[in-house]
Amino acid sequence: MAAVQETVDRVRRIDVDQYRYGFETLIESDKAPKGLSEDTVRFISAKKNEPAWMLEWRLEAYRRWLTMTEPNWARVDYPKIDYQDLYYYSAPKPKKTIGSLDEIDPDILETYKKLGIPLREVEVLEGVVRPEGERRIAVDAVFDSVSVATTFQKELKQAGVIFMPISEAIREHPELVRKYLGTVVPTSDNYFATLNSAVFSDGSFVYVPPGVRCPMELSTYFRINERNTGQFERTLIIADKGAYVSYLEGCTAPQRDENQLHAAVVELVTHVDAEIKYSTVQNWYPGNSEGKGGIYNFVTKRGDCRGNNSKISWTQVETGSAITWKYPSCILRGDNSRGEFYSIAISNGHQQVDSGTKMIHLGKNTTSRIISKGIAAGVSQNTYRGLVTAHRKATGARNFTACDSLLIGDKCGAHTVPYIEAKNSSALFEHEATTSKISEDVLFYCVQRGLSQEEAVGLVVNGFVKDVLQQLPMEFAVEAQKLISISLEGSVG
Amino acid sequence: MSILEVKNLQVRVEEREILHGLSLTVNPGEVHAIMGPNGSGKSTLSHVIAGKPGYEVTGGEILFKGENLLEMSPDVRSSKGVFLAFQYPVEIPGVATMTFLRTALNAQRKARGESEFSTPDFLKKVRSVAASLNIPQDMLRRGVNVGFSGGEKKRNEILQMALFEPSLCILDEMDSGLDIDALRVAADGVNALRSPDRAMVVITHYQRLLNYIVPDFVHVMSKGKVVKSGGKELALELEASGYAQFEDAA
Repeated sequence: MAAVQETVDRVRRIDVDQYRYGFETLIESDKAPKGLSEDTVRFISAKKNEPAWMLEWRLEAYRRWLTMTEPNWARVDYPKIDYQDLYYYSAPKPKKTIGSLDEIDPDILETYKKLGIPLREVEVLEGVVRPEGERRIAVDAVFDSVSVATTFQKELKQAGVIFMPISEAIREHPELVRKYLGTVVPTSDNYFATLNSAVFSDGSFVYVPPGVRCPMELSTYFRINERNTGQFERTLIIADKGAYVSYLEGCTAPQRDENQLHAAVVELVTHVDAEIKYSTVQNWYPGNSEGKGGIYNFVTKRGDCRGNNSKISWTQVETGSAITWKYPSCILRGDNSRGEFYSIAISNGHQQVDSGTKMIHLGKNTTSRIISKGIAAGVSQNTYRGLVTAHRKATGARNFTACDSLLIGDKCGAHTVPYIEAKNSSALFEHEATTSKISEDVLFYCVQRGLSQEEAVGLVVNGFVKDVLQQLPMEFAVEAQKLISISLEGSVG
Repeated sequence: MSILEVKNLQVRVEEREILHGLSLTVNPGEVHAIMGPNGSGKSTLSHVIAGKPGYEVTGGEILFKGENLLEMSPDVRSSKGVFLAFQYPVEIPGVATMTFLRTALNAQRKARGESEFSTPDFLKKVRSVAASLNIPQDMLRRGVNVGFSGGEKKRNEILQMALFEPSLCILDEMDSGLDIDALRVAADGVNALRSPDRAMVVITHYQRLLNYIVPDFVHVMSKGKVVKSGGKELALELEASGYAQFEDAA
């Protein structure tokens, strides 16, 4: 196939600087000793060659964290986390060496197949070591992505867009990072965000200069980058006056990760007339059928519509993780600014989801829209928790919220917890909520027309979430659709 | 070989026996009407043939082209050629009718080991069938049955029947909720699908439908059994005298 040859050629060309981008470099890197102390924070900062101000920032967060207690208001239940029993800097460990595809868990292999990921790529993801001669091909999926990213970098540079790991940005653009880091999610914000501030390992940094429309979706690069960041990602995206950027975070290949705790922070800033569209497809390991293992995903994501007429839009498809604690929010500070939150949260097996958003209306004539679709199956619990608030000066604030929950089976739970506060009498907030069970009659109709029971569930659920799927960039909408069907497998008896 | 053979079928729903030894044989090319008062078990029969959960078969058997139908899951029955046109077709919000038709058709073809339809071939096929049934293109873009009128829902059922080319069509109370014009359009659609290798079972409460879909045989059901069978004139007889005479016979 021509494409393969092209990839091989491209890999050859970039052979010289392949290490700069990192897959192999990181594999060889070491990790901090177990546990969390000032020394751990210093270790991480030193590893990243950070300037003194960054270390100070981290240490301050660490000291603050020591005085805080873990929040317990979410509707999730998990054993107490021993924070001294974790690694805080474990740049990707080399995966357990596997000799061939035959040794990979057949379940995983099956999932990859359904997602349409070529087996060569699976080998790379699962760490299969090929005999020396074949090695180049076995890793070409990774190199391919790197080369693509390199091409992108050139184009982005021409447009003036800065897009790099945040650890690099701290060194290369300290003035920008210092100006914005922690201004949306302060180091004192909440237990997990504070922890992240102290020990964050890496993440992405994006700056789009005034008047620039980012020439491409920032996504492919990150998908690789994502693999290489640790448990504590930190992302900062700034759209300057009149700028636009669409960013997709996610990994549609299910990752088996031994790290239990993931506490990421994402900060978005839009200036006057700017817009950021942030999409997430999250598919971390949800644990096994008995509820053992799986990721604890405690994420703080917030956008600040700092300038007038600016807009921030969050779209999320959450299908993975044992526990999800996540509320991508918008601070609508600029007049006429707009916040949007589109969410699909699916829980199956023993998964627990407590997710939603906060729309904080500060400016005049600010508008927000929330469309949340929760789907619960198995013995899972799925909670929408949302806050819509208008402050005293937010004249003319408007919000529309629609929360729909779909139950599959009779052992799961869906909960909707909206908080609404209007301190300005001109604010107009609308809230709609529905909870329904997937109807036996609908399923029977579908199977009578030849669909299997599982295909029928997948079809009905995809119809249920269509409004949100439409918000995703085209190619990811297709992947997300497949992912939804896969994550609901075995949900009907 | 017969397309459908129901032999001494006994069916329970939650401890209550609904069908007590029903028998029926349907051959290729034949159209059978099943008539009877409410609660006589007409719809139960159609559900059991299609494999709807919730019914317990306690005796008898159903053969479809000589195969034991009761051992097959409902989707397998569908792919083998059993089609049930529902009395109340369900709505599936967010799933475009076109998507649904294509997913279902390809699922059936896949189950039979046939190749899936390519998009252009499929569109061509749907469009020609839809045109013959007076179904506008915009209806195909809407969610399955969402906001459809009674007539549109029934035409959508017939569209699927035409598309899937089943060998056994069961029409459950197709006339319910239709005015006379809508009924005529639907009946024309059904008549166009009559063929020497296809059989139809038309379930109805009223004789009216049978003016438009003229059956070869008429069976009267009462209290879970066929109590009388005859030609199309039996339907007219019923129209004149009502079901009461059969209530006693059962």
